[in-house]
Amino acid sequence: MPDLLLELFSEEIPARMQARAREDLQKLVTNGLVEAGLTYASAGAFSTPRRLVLAVEGLNAESPTVAEERKGPKADAPEQALAGFLRGLGITDAAPVMALAGQPSGSHVHLNGVVIEVRDDKKGQILYARVTKPGRPAADIVAEVVERTIRTFPWPKSMRWGSGQLRWVRPLHSILCLLTTEAGSDVVPVTVDHLTAGNTTEGHRFMAPGRFAVSSFDDYRAKLLAAHVVLDSAEREAIIWNDATTAAFAQGLELVEDKGLLAEVAGLVEWPVVLMGSIDEAFLGLPPEVLQTSMKEHQKFFSVKAPSGRIEKFVTVANRTTVDEGETILKGNQKVLSARLSDARFFWENDLRTVKAEGLEGMGAGLADVTFHNRLGSQADRVARIADLAAELAPLVGADPALATQAAQVAKADLQSDMVGEFPELQGLMGRYYAEAAGLDGQVAEACQWHYSPLGPSDVVPTAPVTVAVALADKIDTLTGFWAIDEKPTGSKDPYALRRAALGVIRLVLGNGIATGLSQILSRGVEQHGGATDVVADLLGFFHDRLKVHLRDQGVRHDVIDACLAMPGNDDLALLVKRAEALQAFLSSEDGTNLLQGFRRAANILGQAEAKDGVEYSFGADAKFAETDEEKALFAALDLADGRIGPALEAQDFAAAMTAMAALRVPIDAFFEAVQVNSENEIVRRNRLNLLHRIRAACSSVADLTKIAD
Amino acid sequence: MSATTPPRSFQEIILRLMGYWGARGCAVLQPYDMEVGAGTFHPATTLRSLGSKPWAAAYVQPSRRPTDGRYGENPNRLQHYYQYQVILKPSPPDLQALYLGSLQAIGIDMNLHDIRFVEDDWESPTLGAWGLGWEVWCDGMEVSQFTYFQQVGGHDCKPVSGELTYGLERLAMYVLGVDHVMDMPFNDPDSPTPLTYGDVFRQAEQEYSRWNFDIADTDMLLQHFKDAEAECDRILSAPEVDGAGRRIIMSQPAYDQCIKASHLFNLMDARGVISVTERQAYIGRVRALAKRCADAFVMTDAGASH
Repeated sequence: MPDLLLELFSEEIPARMQARAREDLQKLVTNGLVEAGLTYASAGAFSTPRRLVLAVEGLNAESPTVAEERKGPKADAPEQALAGFLRGLGITDAAPVMALAGQPSGSHVHLNGVVIEVRDDKKGQILYARVTKPGRPAADIVAEVVERTIRTFPWPKSMRWGSGQLRWVRPLHSILCLLTTEAGSDVVPVTVDHLTAGNTTEGHRFMAPGRFAVSSFDDYRAKLLAAHVVLDSAEREAIIWNDATTAAFAQGLELVEDKGLLAEVAGLVEWPVVLMGSIDEAFLGLPPEVLQTSMKEHQKFFSVKAPSGRIEKFVTVANRTTVDEGETILKGNQKVLSARLSDARFFWENDLRTVKAEGLEGMGAGLADVTFHNRLGSQADRVARIADLAAELAPLVGADPALATQAAQVAKADLQSDMVGEFPELQGLMGRYYAEAAGLDGQVAEACQWHYSPLGPSDVVPTAPVTVAVALADKIDTLTGFWAIDEKPTGSKDPYALRRAALGVIRLVLGNGIATGLSQILSRGVEQHGGATDVVADLLGFFHDRLKVHLRDQGVRHDVIDACLAMPGNDDLALLVKRAEALQAFLSSEDGTNLLQGFRRAANILGQAEAKDGVEYSFGADAKFAETDEEKALFAALDLADGRIGPALEAQDFAAAMTAMAALRVPIDAFFEAVQVNSENEIVRRNRLNLLHRIRAACSSVADLTKIAD
Repeated sequence: MSATTPPRSFQEIILRLMGYWGARGCAVLQPYDMEVGAGTFHPATTLRSLGSKPWAAAYVQPSRRPTDGRYGENPNRLQHYYQYQVILKPSPPDLQALYLGSLQAIGIDMNLHDIRFVEDDWESPTLGAWGLGWEVWCDGMEVSQFTYFQQVGGHDCKPVSGELTYGLERLAMYVLGVDHVMDMPFNDPDSPTPLTYGDVFRQAEQEYSRWNFDIADTDMLLQHFKDAEAECDRILSAPEVDGAGRRIIMSQPAYDQCIKASHLFNLMDARGVISVTERQAYIGRVRALAKRCADAFVMTDAGASH
């Protein structure tokens, strides 16, 4: 069983693309091999900045021989039809095949490696061709699959170089492609444009220049290591993490964990060397997030913090060892960091000066000159609208209206700060720092930081009332604004992230149990934008769609949601969800399923009778016309259930309402078991139909059960 | 890879780069005699990266970014600075190695420093150009841009040119161990008249910062912008054949007007008279000029494809 080793050696592959490229390489090559009839025991993909590598173990030496039968035309078919069939088999001379016509079933001829046989069939004599595809050596298949993989590789962005036409993420320099068995290894004859596969590669660019030959994956990996290349990115990550935490620990400090940065840095080096350096005392007064962001974004440094939480040092990862043990490298990095942090400190001090002199409102004054959207006015216009909505929302979420208004008025001010200009990802957070510096209420400062939340399905939902008011107002203004100007998401296009905004509203409402109809606040928003009134209903429909997606992700059935959406008060999302959760729980119980059957039976019989008679049986079922015990029992059960369902619904206790409904199951089953609804006696029949109506009505008071799927 | 002796001045670094690339077959050109924002705007790069004719050039390009003016006070921000630009068409297979050789030539010892190629895709919306490559880091500092041109002026680059851009001040400050650009020795510090970068440029930075930010006549700038745009159009609309029957397409005079428009836009931007929405429109207007110049250049001998 041969093993395959493939290395695609190129100029530096962007770190962020490497993980995906490993997956794609493994998938494309192994799928290609399997499609061509080869199986394998295991496969693994690796990457360094300069290479993409695949190792496949236990490959078949060749693909199996495959026999295939093709049905052809009748033996006496016109010559043209016959010729077409034979052409597909690579046969040009039709005469021997035509001679098969009239021969006994099973007669055959051998032509061009194909067996053509005539067989009797209901419709007459039919020709069959048996084609045998011989197996192919693994090397041929690998060569084909590798070439195709290189030519069709799904890089997010690829390029040409020199005079060639080939595309790769950066110039591709060499291909190493080997099939190794116990007997030795052979280069697979892959050729892609000017590149021909060989058995050589390069080690570390600076620490071990020059090419060397390898004979197997183990040999490759070992020789790379000797040439200062750690092949496996997971191993490089582990080295970085271990060395960095150890270095920090030795000084009584702690490395700030950052998995994304770790993966990125591991994709930037072949020979990781951890170096820890100090941050100049002059910068330690900066907010820790500023230090961390500046170091991470610009320099790809890890932060190292003291037990107090203060960030005091950094870890940089070099791609080599040096005779001075990294001293020059560290000094250089430190210098760059100081220049960067001088900028950050300049921004920070400038911003604080502005806030102290003019307040946060002063800092945000320039928002009047920033267009939010050419049909929705400036950022300042938007802030005014958000403040209005926040005041409206405040009582509903338990916030002080004055504080909510104030928070909304300053929440966007940090967009005008120098710091956020430089580091947009610090928006909100800087707002909090500057609100605190301006001496504003803690709740206002908190709203500045968190009013953008939740940003995604897993982002934390704020709970502080003032923050919730502003966060809701922010999103509702965005949604009603874009709805009013008819810029809604379509298909995969959602340039203003409106789906995310709607989900944010949903999660804020549900997470905080805000019991209120949305229509009123949406109308207010739409009104501010001068939108038409039907916009509100349309937008509410969008919320319902997003809610469905959200609930489906949480395991709530689609039809259950529809059944609840059909009920009145569906603009109260919290209520809607409570109803849906209770209904789902109920329907998954045995009582629920059976009651649903009873409801359907009742509704069917009733529906048919109503259609036939042209009336609606909805009134006046009278227990005195009940003939059987089962019928009487059902009357009694319905009286009891109605008495319970009403108050339960009043109290929005859907579980209690459904428990009361569940009590109907036994009497309904018994009723249908014992009673024939369509009695000869018309009075009795009508009474029974009216009784069925009471079942239908009782069950429908909780949700529209007709929407529930079978 | 052993180190050469360290250079002692800004000009020595430039001279060494000239020598290095000249010895590797580049035509050592002089700066283009117009105000540009970056070395890429030099026709030796923009226009010569079009068409199929081989090309190899290296040059210093004084570059102006009016908004970056800091009155000579910032340690490394200048409204007028120098880029060293190398353009090789087609990009040779050993371009990375050639580039690393140039760093050694200016005294960067590969055995002591950490050189890294970090993803950085290049795009010039005004030139309608883009390419893929890296910013090159030396010990965490960006010392060059390294780009494989894919498209210029809306035309696919065939073959692909490799472009290297060195930010000379920053690189030299690093090599010379200077913290403030104005303190950097411009010529040999032991010469009879030692001059620092500040001696040469500090006053100019102050003067231009004031003019760029406060004084430049914005109405005039706008008028000049329109004039350049109109002239570019007029040049390109002229018939290919002149009065004497010679076929002369004037892609380069037209491109001069495009460069002018681009710089005028930068000046207006520094004066703060261009709103966010207008910005895109201006960039689009310059790009339209660049594209038409490129369209014209590929019809000429120098820009032809065979």
